[in-house]
Amino acid sequence: MKFFNFHLMPYRHADLDAIEKNGSAWVTYSNRDYDPKKGAELYHEYLDQMELADRLGFDGVCLNEHHQTAYGMMPTPGPLAGALTRSVKKAKIAILGRALPLVNNPLVIAEEYAMLDNLSRGRIIAGFVRGIGAEYHAMGINPGFSQERFSEAHDLIIRAWTEPGPFQYAGKHYHFNYVNPWPRPYQMPHPPVWIPSQGSSSTIKWAAQMRYTYAQTLSPIAVVARMFQMYRDEAEKAGYQASPDQLAWSNTIYVAETDEKAMREARPHLEALVNTFLKMPTEMLLPPGYTNIESLKRIRAAKITGKPQTLDDLVRNGVVIVGSPNTVREKLAEYQDLAGFNTSLTKTQFGTLPDDMTRANMHAIAEEILPHFRNRLPQGKKQAAAE
Amino acid sequence: MRILPRRVFLMTEPATTKITVRGCNIALIRGGAGRPLLFLHAGGGAGWLPFMADLAARHDVIVPEHPGFGGSDTPDWLDNIQDLARFYLDFLDQLDLRNVDLVGSSLGGWIAAELAVRNTQRLNSLTLIGSAGIHVPGVPQVDTFLLSDEQLIRNLFDDPKRIEAMIAEAKRPELEDVILKNRTTTAKLVWQPRSYDPHLHKWLRRIDVPAHLIWGANDKLFPRDYAFAFQKLIPGSGVTIIPDSGHLPHIEQRQAFVTALEGFLEKKRAAA
Repeated sequence: MKFFNFHLMPYRHADLDAIEKNGSAWVTYSNRDYDPKKGAELYHEYLDQMELADRLGFDGVCLNEHHQTAYGMMPTPGPLAGALTRSVKKAKIAILGRALPLVNNPLVIAEEYAMLDNLSRGRIIAGFVRGIGAEYHAMGINPGFSQERFSEAHDLIIRAWTEPGPFQYAGKHYHFNYVNPWPRPYQMPHPPVWIPSQGSSSTIKWAAQMRYTYAQTLSPIAVVARMFQMYRDEAEKAGYQASPDQLAWSNTIYVAETDEKAMREARPHLEALVNTFLKMPTEMLLPPGYTNIESLKRIRAAKITGKPQTLDDLVRNGVVIVGSPNTVREKLAEYQDLAGFNTSLTKTQFGTLPDDMTRANMHAIAEEILPHFRNRLPQGKKQAAAE
Repeated sequence: MRILPRRVFLMTEPATTKITVRGCNIALIRGGAGRPLLFLHAGGGAGWLPFMADLAARHDVIVPEHPGFGGSDTPDWLDNIQDLARFYLDFLDQLDLRNVDLVGSSLGGWIAAELAVRNTQRLNSLTLIGSAGIHVPGVPQVDTFLLSDEQLIRNLFDDPKRIEAMIAEAKRPELEDVILKNRTTTAKLVWQPRSYDPHLHKWLRRIDVPAHLIWGANDKLFPRDYAFAFQKLIPGSGVTIIPDSGHLPHIEQRQAFVTALEGFLEKKRAAA
C-alpha cells in the first residue's frame, strides 16, 4: 500500500465558539477572525510537516482547494505545491484537486499543473473536482452549470496537454481562439488524473471509464467498500479489470502507545474537524442544481448535516483509525481487504491538532505502520496485482 | 341578446391544459374572459390563486407554468431568463394574443421586463410585482439560497399568521418534487449575477407601453427601493406600495393588489 500525507491546512486557531455561533466555518464566517501572523506561521508549520512526510518515507503529499473557510487555508493550492516541488525530494505531490467549474478559464489550471509537473520533474498528480456546494456560494458560480463546466473544462485541459497547439476551442462555457499552453506537462502524455468524490455514482462510473484513480472522501468504510466495488464493476463493464492502485481511501490515522491514549489525545481535535470545521447547513452544502433532484431528496431525508459525531462513532464506523500501533495495523489491513484499495490518503494533522502531536503521529505511522504495509496488497478478493 | 358573455363572466373556474410551444410542453392554467392578462409566476411556481379568480371576472387570465417548472418540460435550451423571455414571445405569437396586460412577479417580473425590452407589439401594459432583473447598490437583500424552507417563508411574508399557515402547508411531502424542481430551475436562472442582468437597466427605456410597479412595503427579497429604481428606468411608469405585505402582495394583500392593478388598467384604458 502507498501512503500519502493528506493535509487540509485548517486555520487551527479559529475560535470554535464563534464558528458554532455563526453556524458554519464556511462562506459567512467572517475573515476578521483570521490573524495573518498566526496564519503565516501555520503555512510554514504545515509545509514543514509535508517535508517531514517526505523524509519519513511517505509516498506522496496531498493538497486540496477550498474557498472562504477556516476549514482549509488553500483557496489556491498552486503556491504551496510550487514551494514543495523544491523541498519535497522524492514524494509525489498530489493536488486533490483543483475545482474546475469554479474558474472561468480552465487553461490556467492546465498551465499551473504543467508548470508544477516541470518543476517537480514529473511528480505531480492532477486531481480534478467540482468543489463542494459551499464553493458555489463563495465563488459566485452557478451550481446548475457545475456538471457541464466540469466536463467541458476537463476535456479542454486534457486536450491542451495532449494535442499540439495552437488549436481553437469552442464549447458552451469556454471559448478560445488559441489553445497552446507553454510549458507542456513533464509526464507523458500528462500527469496522472485522480478523481476525489463523496461517492456520486455518475462520477465513479466516469472515473472508471477514464481509468482515473478514484479517491473516496470522509466516509464510513462500509460505504467506501461499496463505492470501490461500484468502480470495479464499472471498469469491468468498460472492458478491463481495475487495479487496487486505482482506488484511494481518504482517511485519518492517529497512533499512540495505547488505544486509550490515542483516543484521549485525538478526541478534541478530530471532533473539532467533523463537528465544527465541517459543519454547514444543508442549503450551503447542496445548492440547487449541484446534485440531481433524486440525490438531493435522499440527502434531505437523511438529514446528514448538522448531526454531531463523537470520536467513538467515527472509529466504530471506520471513518478514521485511532489506536495503538497494533490496533491501527489490524484495522487498516481489515479495511484494505474489505474495500480493496492500495492507496491510503492519510490526514496526520486534523482539526486543531498542534504541531508536536502531529509530528509524533507522523513518526509513529512511519515507524509502526508503513513498513508493515509496504508490499501488502488487498487480500481475499480477486484484485489484480499492482502494476 | 347574446347570453354567452354573461355565462363567460360567471365562468371563472380555470381550466388546466398542456400546450406545446416550439417543441416544449408546458402546463397552462386559463380562466375568465375579457382582455388577455398573462401572468408570469415567481420562482416558487404556478397555481390558480385567489387574486386570479378576482381578475378572471374581467380578464382572460392566462397562467403558463414556465419551462423547467412544475408540470412543464425542462428543455435543453433553458439556461437563463433571456431564454424564457424569447420563449414567451413565441408563446404570444402562437396563441396570437393581442393587447395583452402582462403581469410578472419576482422572477416572472424579470422575464416580463426582458420580454418588453425586446418587443411590446402584443402588449397593452406591463405590471411588475416585487420584480428581479436589476441591481440597486447598497440595498440589503436576503440570500434565499442560504435559507431553510421555513426561514424562506418567514422572509417572504409579512403577516405572522400567514407565515405559520404557509410553513404548515410547505411540509406536505407530496409537494417536495415540485418544490425541488422549481428551486433547481430558479437557481440556474438567477444564481449569478444574483437575480439580475447587468445589461437590462440600459434597455428598460425601450418599454413603450404603460408600466406599473406594485411592491410589498416590507419586501425583504427586493426591497421597495427596487420599485423606485425600476420607475426611474421605465419611462412614465408608476409605483404602488402595498402596506402590510412582503414579497408577494398579490397573495398577501389580495384586495389591495387587485384594486391597484385594476385601477391602473382602468386609468390607462380611459386615457387611451
